[in-house]
Amino acid sequence: MAMWFARSRNLVSILRQNLGLSATLIKRNHSSPRPVFTNYQLSSRVFLDPSTSFRHESTAVETQPDLVQQSDHEDDAQELDFPGGKVGYTSEMKFIPESSSRRIPCYRVLNEHGKIISDSDFIPVSEKLAVRMYEQMATLQVMDHIFYEAQRQGRISFYLTSVGEEAINIASAAALSPEDVVLPQYREPGVLLWRGFTLEEFANQCFGNKADYGKGRQMPIHYGSNQHNYFTVSSPIATQLPQAAGVGYALKMEKKNACAVTFIGDGGTSEGDFHAGLNFAAVMEAPVVFICRNNGWAISTHISEQFRSDGIVVKGQAYGIRSIRVDGNDALAVYSAVRSAREMAVTEQRPVLIEAMTYRVGHHSTSDDSTKYREADEIQYWKMSRNPVNRFKKWVEDNGWWSEEDESKLRSSTRKQLLQAIQAAEKWEKQPLTELFNDVYDVKTKNLEEQEVGLKALVEKQPQDYPTGFHI
Amino acid sequence: MWGILRRSAVDGGGFSASSLRRTRFSLVSARSYAAGSKEMTVRDALNSAIDEEMSADPKVFVMGEEVGQYQGAYKITKGLLEKYGPERVYDTPITEAGFTGIGVGAAYAGLKPVVEFMTFNFSMQAIDHIINSAAKSNYMSAGQINVPIAFRGPNGAAAGVGAQHSQCYAAWYASVPGLKVLAPYSAEDARGLLKAAIRDPDPVVFLENELLYGESFPISEEALDSSFCLPIGKAKIEREGKDVTITTFSKMVGFALKAAEKLAEEGIGAEVINLRSIRPLDRATINASVRKTSRLVTVEEGFPQHGVCAEICASVVEESFSYLDAPVARIAGADVPMPYAANLERLALPQVEDIVRAAKRACYRSK
Repeated sequence: MAMWFARSRNLVSILRQNLGLSATLIKRNHSSPRPVFTNYQLSSRVFLDPSTSFRHESTAVETQPDLVQQSDHEDDAQELDFPGGKVGYTSEMKFIPESSSRRIPCYRVLNEHGKIISDSDFIPVSEKLAVRMYEQMATLQVMDHIFYEAQRQGRISFYLTSVGEEAINIASAAALSPEDVVLPQYREPGVLLWRGFTLEEFANQCFGNKADYGKGRQMPIHYGSNQHNYFTVSSPIATQLPQAAGVGYALKMEKKNACAVTFIGDGGTSEGDFHAGLNFAAVMEAPVVFICRNNGWAISTHISEQFRSDGIVVKGQAYGIRSIRVDGNDALAVYSAVRSAREMAVTEQRPVLIEAMTYRVGHHSTSDDSTKYREADEIQYWKMSRNPVNRFKKWVEDNGWWSEEDESKLRSSTRKQLLQAIQAAEKWEKQPLTELFNDVYDVKTKNLEEQEVGLKALVEKQPQDYPTGFHI
Repeated sequence: MWGILRRSAVDGGGFSASSLRRTRFSLVSARSYAAGSKEMTVRDALNSAIDEEMSADPKVFVMGEEVGQYQGAYKITKGLLEKYGPERVYDTPITEAGFTGIGVGAAYAGLKPVVEFMTFNFSMQAIDHIINSAAKSNYMSAGQINVPIAFRGPNGAAAGVGAQHSQCYAAWYASVPGLKVLAPYSAEDARGLLKAAIRDPDPVVFLENELLYGESFPISEEALDSSFCLPIGKAKIEREGKDVTITTFSKMVGFALKAAEKLAEEGIGAEVINLRSIRPLDRATINASVRKTSRLVTVEEGFPQHGVCAEICASVVEESFSYLDAPVARIAGADVPMPYAANLERLALPQVEDIVRAAKRACYRSK
């Protein structure tokens, strides 16, 4: 069996060169030096087992031993020549089982109590970075809460929260460089928040007012900002995946030190575009990081009804894409994984797949009541006991970088800022009528000009049919 | 088949010496030499247009199934792989949804893809990307994301290819704001409109016709120039007349011209308008013509309901009602999926006789 095995370069040295980090880059509790992430280890089931991990390092074929049974009759010297290369043969008829006896393990750094697990490989995070990450995760929580309430009060028409997925949102954004182009699905406003989108800007988009960069053209939460390299959210699911491959291709052609990063949920991986996007990115050798937020639910469809594979991570190898499963509620693990994936994508010009395991604590959106299809107890459990924000908070607090006083100051000031932003956004006037016809094309076509003139004339002629203050 | 460009002094009349120097891509297009005029096949016209645009702008690249090594399923991209390399002439795996999505993504990031569909019938698998991503992005993002992409490929019926290879998608795409839809007829149309499509910052759907690829048309010096470009949104009056206006596009223009010959024998002067641009539709030219002739016959290959002809009839009735002397007439393909058998296929498509009959009816010369 032709085992594809490409050793990645020593990641430590790559990071050292590119990022000027110190030699004590990787925190471990033992002293023997070894490369942090080889692709073998990423998919190896013995990764986190301290007693065996080093011994298995050089055994190439060991990667997924129970998937391909080695037969006594196998004759490695003889090979068959087919399009696609040489392949060994066996006279033993053995089907590859539909699943491995053991699921791909999940990379994690912090335990549930916010303590670093011994022997963890991770990229250390400075106090400044950690505090910023925590602040942004908490800000995202407050933002979600307040905008959700605003929708319930009828002040905005729609909202979609990222509750439970704050670590994925913020830690992934923190691991990227500002030049990396982000193609979101819709549950990643934290990435935009990290990059500098203000609470006022979020509010303006939700209210579709005159200050909205989207000029009132889109539903709430469909944020987009060129200057932050965050492409406008688009509703059809998974269309961003082949588009990300296209962006990656463009970056590759222009030899930029950047990659495309795109997000998808567990449900979105059922779309044809998932197959096309990953397959293409691999064939084109495009620098793309695919991050799948496996949060267990696609509206009311549980993952057991979405696919029969071991989640999404196993699909990567099917496309020839390096992949990793990570605990999406562990901010440090997400940070390390995304940072490494990003480096691999850019320096090796290849796509990488990250499956971040998490749980969708909130409803799918304000149009959904998830208690109708799942137990309230289940939601509570994840909300209280598996909360990514609390977990990271404990670690930051344990390091002496955060206090209760900081906490209450942050929460109350963010809340105040948001309420003010909403009040201001609500009062801002809406777009003028002329914006109805702009941007359909780069330059307005004649028929649109005619329609605009006609509509203006109509509004002037029949003002009683239009709301007061309706301006042209 | 790549001939060396030769110019005859016989052409004279307005062709300056500078026009002889302007065309640098002489090896790309083949010429057959009729006395005194240059001719070019639609295939060569398209090939030369893509070649020139790729040469002028390094951001332009071609993508599609079989466009590279195979030289193009219909040889439209012949020679481009050798000239520009595999990065700019990209052979895709078989996934229209995939490569259309990738093209849109590349366009978002600033490249200018020319995406080939083997036939627009297969674009159905990519239609979400064309409509919801390409067409609407500039509007939805308030101008932050523009999509300078061109989708091209054969559209409509070929010969004996059955229902899934014969539908005309002009009406489908032309109903969507945010797209521009072009349909060339002659070699000059092909060159000028494809160049315009590639240069345009908006997404353009460029509907070719397989049966026209091999047809030769006379082509002017001006059209051979690498900076030649036709305006989008302007129809062309192929033949002037004063008795009845016939509007059509793509292959049907040829049929309409033949019908006009036959009508001329019976003393009916038909004005044939080649739409060239389905969206934006040149309502001004159409209505001006109808106001001159007072009669309208619209022709298209596609299905009749909600077709391009329906839109033209509505426009003329809305804007030129008092000028009409006869009801507007539509000639379209039969309202059935295209059958395969040659006799049935012939019956399912408009023929020259249908156009002649309809024009005569509009002139009250027959029942």
